[in-house]
Amino acid sequence: MSADNKPTKETANPAADGSELIRFDGVTKRFGSNVVLDHMDFTVSSGKHVTLIGPSGSGKTTILRLLMTLLKPDEGTIKVAGDYLTHEERNGKLVPAGEKHVREVRKKIGMVFQQFNLFPNMGVLRNITEAPVHVLGLPKEEAEQRARELLEMVGLTEHIDKYPSQLSGGQQQRVAIARALAMRPQVLLLDEVTSALDPELVAGVLDVLRDIAHTTDITMLCVTHEMNFARDISDDVLMFDSGRVIESGSPEKIFSEPEHERTREFLSAVR
Amino acid sequence: MNDWDWSNVDKFMPHFWDGLAVTLQALLLGSLIAFSLGLVWAIAQRSHVVWVRWPVTAVTEFIRNTPLLVQLFFLFYVVPEWGPEFSPLTTGIIGLGLHYSTYTAEVYRAGINGVPDGQWEAAIALNLPKRRTWTSVILPQAIRRVIPALGNYVVSMLKDSPMIAVIGAFEMLGEAQQYSNVTFTTEAITVVGVAFIVIAYPASLLIRLLERRLVR
Amino acid sequence: MMTSGMFSTWFLPGIWITIQVTVYSAALAAVVAFVIGPLRTSPYWIVRFLAGVYFEVFRGTSALVLMFWMFFALPLFGWQLVPMWAGVSALGLTYGAYGSEVVRGALAAVAPAQREAGIALSFTRTQRLRRIELPQAWPEMIPPFNNLLIELLKGTALVSVITVADMTFAGNLVRLGSNESAPIYTLLLVLYFVLAFVLTRGMRALERHARAGIGQAPEREPGIVSRWLGARKERAQAGGQAAGGIG
Repeated sequence: MSADNKPTKETANPAADGSELIRFDGVTKRFGSNVVLDHMDFTVSSGKHVTLIGPSGSGKTTILRLLMTLLKPDEGTIKVAGDYLTHEERNGKLVPAGEKHVREVRKKIGMVFQQFNLFPNMGVLRNITEAPVHVLGLPKEEAEQRARELLEMVGLTEHIDKYPSQLSGGQQQRVAIARALAMRPQVLLLDEVTSALDPELVAGVLDVLRDIAHTTDITMLCVTHEMNFARDISDDVLMFDSGRVIESGSPEKIFSEPEHERTREFLSAVR
Repeated sequence: MNDWDWSNVDKFMPHFWDGLAVTLQALLLGSLIAFSLGLVWAIAQRSHVVWVRWPVTAVTEFIRNTPLLVQLFFLFYVVPEWGPEFSPLTTGIIGLGLHYSTYTAEVYRAGINGVPDGQWEAAIALNLPKRRTWTSVILPQAIRRVIPALGNYVVSMLKDSPMIAVIGAFEMLGEAQQYSNVTFTTEAITVVGVAFIVIAYPASLLIRLLERRLVR
Repeated sequence: MMTSGMFSTWFLPGIWITIQVTVYSAALAAVVAFVIGPLRTSPYWIVRFLAGVYFEVFRGTSALVLMFWMFFALPLFGWQLVPMWAGVSALGLTYGAYGSEVVRGALAAVAPAQREAGIALSFTRTQRLRRIELPQAWPEMIPPFNNLLIELLKGTALVSVITVADMTFAGNLVRLGSNESAPIYTLLLVLYFVLAFVLTRGMRALERHARAGIGQAPEREPGIVSRWLGARKERAQAGGQAAGGIG
């Protein structure tokens, strides 16, 4: 990848300056009587790559879905780049946010799903340009130019005219990454993006993500079971268990000398 | 002229009840024909004999894809030329039942196809005779599942029943039309229109309830 | 036998009227279906409720009674409808209600993940509906729409009762003139069957086109007989809830 198609280069969003980008304050999420997140507090600084690990059902995917407003917190607040996500300040009071406010804040966030979720009724190019044109109001030519650059970055230029159903899972996931980046988000959420892929297709997707992690200053929040990948790209690793973060730190620390018993058990189980 | 006149409603009501009785009679007997004849079609369509399967399929397809109204004319004007002559109401009941039997046949067919192959195999393994297999193994399982779908067709039949008025069977619409023509008023037709909704809506609710109970 | 004069004077124009009534009512029904169907998934309960009332009322109504009412009662409220338009309105409004159920069902069957992907890209609700959900649901709607269209075609025979000179009206007229009922009604039934067959073939072609349009491989093309028979499976399913026979 050459230096001039870094996706954040001409971004409208402010460059990463290490300021606080995501903030969870006392966030609780329950499904029925099952507490998935228990008064969660945590922050992510801009430009950081944070990986969430832990057994399934420990709440890590819930964090991503809350950020994408696919779920609403039962208690607590979430801030993105200083703005409340699911709340609005009106006359000095916090009230549940209207759809317009939510969409405005959410534009700073992009997401790549486990099952890709490409739109099967659109070709590859239109999958990538649809939102920039109709949500951001970009001229079509500009959106297509941007899409071509991103497709080159993920190595799929020759598949630009195909439909998702004509691509392998790995190719679809790379298109999904391009689609998310085309919105120029400040934060990229990655939800077990390789779990649905055949083993031989995983490497291609991880290479693309490594590339993005090492050459751009986009903030990443990543749920994964690929420990080598996590070690490779992360600035911070958070270990989840039963709706709480039980241990956090640099990947060297977490992977080489975990303090917590549960972390040791988990790591030996996934290896 | 466009004032609603309750006295017209009052005067029409005796005719309305007569019409309702005819409608319900047509519906009940028509359903019985549709339910039993449909089952015959469905089983015949599974026959191994091509000379049974094929004509039955063709005839039911033809009946289902042509208008009931024209079929009623056919039964009322053409059939007596060759054979027996029936009263308008009897003709109407046969027409409704025959037309809807081609729909219920599809419902039974889906229900029979939904019975797992293992049930047929088990019946063979137990050496059950063919008839016994149908009556005690396959049909009880198939029919339970399709009762709500059959019920939906009874509601459809209710809404089609006014058609028999065109061959002179005086059900609700026929009564209303006659009353309106004599008095030059419209309340009667409105009453009948409302009556259909009042009967059909609770019936659909009942079917939805049955669906939750029986289909899972 | 029926004379050729009667055939060309009454039957041929009658076929044309039947086709017109079918096309106009289908167009009206399509508009109703695509307005009411999405409204029934609205996030606002009052919108859902009103759209649901429309569906229940017109599903509970007999098309023939509604047609009579429009033909006889509406003029007395100062609304004079040409018979053909009374017939088209009654058919369009009724079958539109059934169609709205098809639209609602197909929208509900779009994978929730697609909605989530739309949210993740910050589309508005309307944009998601128009650009993602409806285009994906469209091919799923075509087979049940085909069943409804056949029911609608059969329903057009009802307009003869309110003096619209369609095929059935022509048939009755010719019978009165010639007293030859057997050939007339047989021909009439065959004509309806042929029209239904043509419509089904057309809708199958549309379905193949629609599936290709969203990147699904077109289905293997079966022979004529099995294709004709194949349409029946869907009818039995759709027939239960949405497309209850109104023939």
